[in-house]
Amino acid sequence: MVLATATVALLPLFITSVLNHLQYRRAIRTEAVQPISRITFNTKRSIELCLAERRSTLNFIVNDRSFEELCSRNALARAIANMNRSMTVGAFVDLGIVDSNGDQLCYSSPYQLEGRNYADQDWFREVARRGTYTSDVFLGFRNVPHFVIASRHDHPNGGFSILRATIDAEMLSEQLLAAGLESTDDVFLVNRQGILQTPSRRYGAVLTPIPLAVPPYAPGAEVTETHDDLGRAVFVGSASIDNSPFILMLIKPTAQAMGRWLSLRNELVGFTALSAAPILAVILWGSGQFVNSMREASRRRAALMHHMEYSNKLASLGRLAAGVAHEINNPLAIINEKAGLARDLVSLEKDFPRREKFLDLIDSILRSVERCKTITHRLLGFARHMDVRNEPIDLGSLLREVLGFLEKEAEYRNLELTLEVDPALPTIVSDRGQLQQVFLNILNNAFAAVKDGGRIEIRAGMSGAQHVRIAIADNGIGIPPEHLPRIFEPFFTTKEGVGTGLGLSITYGIVKKLGGGIEVASTVGVATQLTVVLPIGQEVRK
Amino acid sequence: MTSPFRVLFVDDEEELVSAVTERLELRGIDAAGCLSGRAALAKLAAEHFDFVVLDVKMPGLGGLDVIRMINENYPDVKVTLLTGHSSVEDAEAGLRLGAVAYPQIPVDLDALLEILRNAAGQA
Repeated sequence: MVLATATVALLPLFITSVLNHLQYRRAIRTEAVQPISRITFNTKRSIELCLAERRSTLNFIVNDRSFEELCSRNALARAIANMNRSMTVGAFVDLGIVDSNGDQLCYSSPYQLEGRNYADQDWFREVARRGTYTSDVFLGFRNVPHFVIASRHDHPNGGFSILRATIDAEMLSEQLLAAGLESTDDVFLVNRQGILQTPSRRYGAVLTPIPLAVPPYAPGAEVTETHDDLGRAVFVGSASIDNSPFILMLIKPTAQAMGRWLSLRNELVGFTALSAAPILAVILWGSGQFVNSMREASRRRAALMHHMEYSNKLASLGRLAAGVAHEINNPLAIINEKAGLARDLVSLEKDFPRREKFLDLIDSILRSVERCKTITHRLLGFARHMDVRNEPIDLGSLLREVLGFLEKEAEYRNLELTLEVDPALPTIVSDRGQLQQVFLNILNNAFAAVKDGGRIEIRAGMSGAQHVRIAIADNGIGIPPEHLPRIFEPFFTTKEGVGTGLGLSITYGIVKKLGGGIEVASTVGVATQLTVVLPIGQEVRK
Repeated sequence: MTSPFRVLFVDDEEELVSAVTERLELRGIDAAGCLSGRAALAKLAAEHFDFVVLDVKMPGLGGLDVIRMINENYPDVKVTLLTGHSSVEDAEAGLRLGAVAYPQIPVDLDALLEILRNAAGQA
């Protein structure tokens, strides 16, 4: 119930938040991706230009002189020196000329590699087929990373020669540095196998494999999102370098690229949470109240039902009791009179045989009739329609009056009787005689419950604005919990052979009749308290 | 011994009537019994009684009806109402109609006699 309400109330908020979230993220991502894409593309361009420049330089050398001229060792060495003079980095390391059979005709460096045949090597076949070639980076003899570019030159008479140059890979790194990256970014070249061609800040040294997927070939710059080996979310800008095996990769941590997004996202989440919290609080509080009031209502209804059931039960028991009493009353009257007549006759007859014995027997019958009469009268009293004669009553004096009836017994049994009446207690309008009966009944029970020397306290005070409350407490034997629900039922008695079990049921009936209520609380062996609540009545006189 | 007054005891329980009248006789009271209101009115028409002791609840004419008729026809006859089931309403109605008293049955005969003697003394 609470869950459903909360869901219904919060769902639109959450949907709006999620949509906002996605929109903002998309917008900010676009903003973040654009510079990555641009830088990637620009860097790709500059590397391509650089490589193209190297190739042009080679072409220039070849076009400038014949291969024969170049093949004097000094000529190649001079050419390198001339070329390198104009470059600070990425210098040519060596130059070689290979003929169409794959034989190296001449070579610029001190290493004696002339006469070596390259015919079965991939690069040779590649350059023979396509006219130009750029190799992967590899460690050369001097243990310095470098790569090879080669170009084919066709002879007018058929056949061709290949000019092959080794270039320091530092040139590539230098171009990447020029991209102008932030300290958290990383940019490097890999070959199609994912082997680093330039060192990476984060993903390893040159010629080690990168722990990232190798981007597929793309003519322009592509930006994708992925997670690196450390689990960091990163943007990967990638572009293939034309006419080379190189793929440019630019790595930018998402956290940096989307910095603005992250703070915005926190704001969005915070805003959502702040909006949801009061809604949720109100729902929880409201449902709590609702559930409590439902529970309270059903508890009250159950109590009322119980009360009505109890009242109905008492009423039907009362009717039954009255019926029985009424039917028994007539034969009882006959027994009474017949026995009375018998006594009259026996007592008049001076020499009646065993006269005393007969008189005893008849008296015994009459005493029994008397007992029956008490019971039937009480039963009838329980059920009879009582006329309530309302009059202003001072409860204090009424209670003192009732205590007056019991004074002798209290004195004799050394009972401690206390009466406390709230001085602010108003005069109530009720039936004096019936109230006397009520308090007399309750006090009789209290007297029966306490031992000699016991204590009985009566306290009268207000109960709300419209009722008075009279509590009669004793420190007597108490009522066992299993008896408590039955003590107002007719004939329910614990004083076997002494009581009729009608006192409290009559009391109950009277109090109800007077518009009041009566309650009992008891702890066995400790105390019992009966509380009578009565309406003040209409003619309140303070 | 002459009876101080004459009593008519009216109740639908024959056993009760016979016992009560006999006991009253034993006490020197001239008493007669009737088993219904109608019989009582007939008896009153024939004889004089100082008191009528009436059961409130009887088949046929009830005690209250009988009081009304007695009041009408024999205003000098005093009536005591026996209230069988403690009906305060009946007792009050009886009192308003001039009944002397309304003891509840089973009634102690000597108490009833006391009531009658007192009423006779006041008269």
